[in-house]
Amino acid sequence: MTPATATEKKTAMLEIRDLRANAGGKEILKGLDLTIRPGEVHAIMGPNGSGKSTLAHVLAGRAGFEVTGGEVFYQGRNLLEMAPEERAREGVFLAFQYPVEIPGVSNLYLLKSGLNAVRRHRGEPEVDAMEFLALARERMKLVAMDESFLHRAVNEGFSGGEKKRNEIFQMAVLDPKLAILDETDSGLDIDALRIVAEGVNALRSPQRAMLVITHYQRLLDYIIPDAVHVLSGGRIVLSGPAELARELESRGYAWVETSPAQ
Amino acid sequence: MNSVSDQVAPWVASFERLEKQRQTERADDDWLAASRRSALERFTETGFPTTREEAWRFTNVAPIGRLRFSPAGAPARGAHDTWRRWLDEVLFGTLRADAAAGWIVFLDGHYDASLSRIADGPARLSSLARAIVEDRDGVAPYLQGAGTRGKGASAAGPFTNLNTAFLQDGVFLSIPRGKICEQPIHIVYVATGAADCVVSPRTLIRASEGSQAIIVESYIGRPARYFTNAVTQIDLEEGAVLEHCKLQREATEAFHVSATEVVMKRSSAFTSHSIALGGGLTRNDVSVLLDGEGADCTLNGLYVVSGDQHVDHHTLVDHARPHGTSRQLYKGVLDGRSRGVFDGLVVVRPGAQKTDSRQENRNLILSESALVDTKPTLRINADDVKCSHAATTGQLDEASTFYLRSRAIDPETARRIMIHAFVSDVLRRVRVGAIRDGLDALLFGASAAEETPVLAPSAPRPEARS
Repeated sequence: MTPATATEKKTAMLEIRDLRANAGGKEILKGLDLTIRPGEVHAIMGPNGSGKSTLAHVLAGRAGFEVTGGEVFYQGRNLLEMAPEERAREGVFLAFQYPVEIPGVSNLYLLKSGLNAVRRHRGEPEVDAMEFLALARERMKLVAMDESFLHRAVNEGFSGGEKKRNEIFQMAVLDPKLAILDETDSGLDIDALRIVAEGVNALRSPQRAMLVITHYQRLLDYIIPDAVHVLSGGRIVLSGPAELARELESRGYAWVETSPAQ
Repeated sequence: MNSVSDQVAPWVASFERLEKQRQTERADDDWLAASRRSALERFTETGFPTTREEAWRFTNVAPIGRLRFSPAGAPARGAHDTWRRWLDEVLFGTLRADAAAGWIVFLDGHYDASLSRIADGPARLSSLARAIVEDRDGVAPYLQGAGTRGKGASAAGPFTNLNTAFLQDGVFLSIPRGKICEQPIHIVYVATGAADCVVSPRTLIRASEGSQAIIVESYIGRPARYFTNAVTQIDLEEGAVLEHCKLQREATEAFHVSATEVVMKRSSAFTSHSIALGGGLTRNDVSVLLDGEGADCTLNGLYVVSGDQHVDHHTLVDHARPHGTSRQLYKGVLDGRSRGVFDGLVVVRPGAQKTDSRQENRNLILSESALVDTKPTLRINADDVKCSHAATTGQLDEASTFYLRSRAIDPETARRIMIHAFVSDVLRRVRVGAIRDGLDALLFGASAAEETPVLAPSAPRPEARS
């Protein structure tokens, strides 16, 4: 069931081999394999506690998650050796399930600092305040945010939907090569979900890969993935085309957990 | 050196030496000599406070008693331009005709006319020594009543007595009735680096009915071990509006003890900022008596310390009349082996109905060894009041740091951004722009000059009610 065989010749954007990781001293990921190529959108679905968020955090480099085995290659390079900010500069972006509120720091300052760190890393000139504002205004339209959000403290006092839109807005500004969306749909009403999904779809491109982590199939009605994987007990137990998501929705995760792997 | 008499003996000897000198010079009025002597007597009865006393539990001033500090003589003053340059640097360029209505500079407690500019302007600004001669009736009540005007004697009593006993000079500033001083008035006490001396500055501020002013009081020092023992007394008459910013950048070997006593009359508004960056041992007592209906008091504080620095803020806000409002926000950033103390007491007296009081102390600890003791306290004796207090001590939030790093920001910058964000609300309240921006640049590098401000206005946070 390997999708997109036509692009197999290209270097994988993300290649995970037999990944094992602990969180809080407990083994959560137990030999996970996954390959994503440029231009592809993969969805990972799974019940609570299956290791979805652990995977997202391990890929972004969060402390407290210990990799005990396996390998992760990002564009052919060992991702696990890179510091979180280095991953971000190289083009890895994590949209947080629970975006962090940082009182006192403006959204504008955070993003401009981040963007310029990325540009310095790429050997590109930094953008000044005017250039940044122009870019930000354009990208905000993708998620229907207004400019006042730029001047507010990062996520402080934002509603759940505003926080998730802010994540996608940040993604649009930082222009990553690999975007990991960790339960971006959780807590969103249908209107907010549609806005977020449209923003994500607008950012799909042949150069970019996305990993969409979700508990529910609903998001995948709007973001049609190239492949769906089911994570259970720290491993991918089933992979298939977009239609697999619907089947999961109607039959429930218990169906997968009891069926033979792959 | 255990007993009180051993401890106070050198101070008594210094006192008698000075007294003899003054008698020969016939320098003193009788009333002043009597005030000094009675203050010395009160001090010799108590000696320095010990950690057995509740108000001094966390701050050990024994070294002040042990080290032999003697009253500073007139300094051998260096070149005028050298001082000017240094003052400009340390005080963020605030001593300029376009940035201040006037300023008065003391070197080791001695008034320096050439560094000062007190001539014109709407307020009356003069050295205390001169005011004692020219305006005895205006000055005497302050010097005789220090430390006794609030609800009982302030905790700083022994130090206030010592200040009066060794009173030499200081400031008398009077804002005439109805006058509005838009530009700040700056009072500067400089320690020139003379070792083992004690300076006892006394600042008297009278804001007459309906007047408005901004006053900056700075304590700065060249590297040396010395002892500043300051007392500031502020009166706000009916409807007066006063902003008082105390900037403390003493040498890190220095001892700094200061008592600020404020009495507020009806419908007056007092805002204070206590910025403490320097000093090896710092103790600030701020006591405010809201002695008129509808008085409005705001006390802000910011301490940023590292190494072996110790900084202690004690506040007393005494609501004696109805419809008073008080707001306190003290924030501390502590690194190294530094130690912070906050002790805030809000008193609501019987009859002070409709009092609205909030007290908040927040601390950010950057190292394993830094420590904070915080104790906000309410003592309420009226039933129709709204009072709350809150205190927190925490470390840099790991989740926030990771969030910033995941947005490509390096850990050092992330740390700086978060510390900046932590102090931003206190810093932003300082109305003197040059000081606000100067502190910003001093603490966080060039960010003040950056075109994109790091700061965002923060939303009001819920707080504990009691």
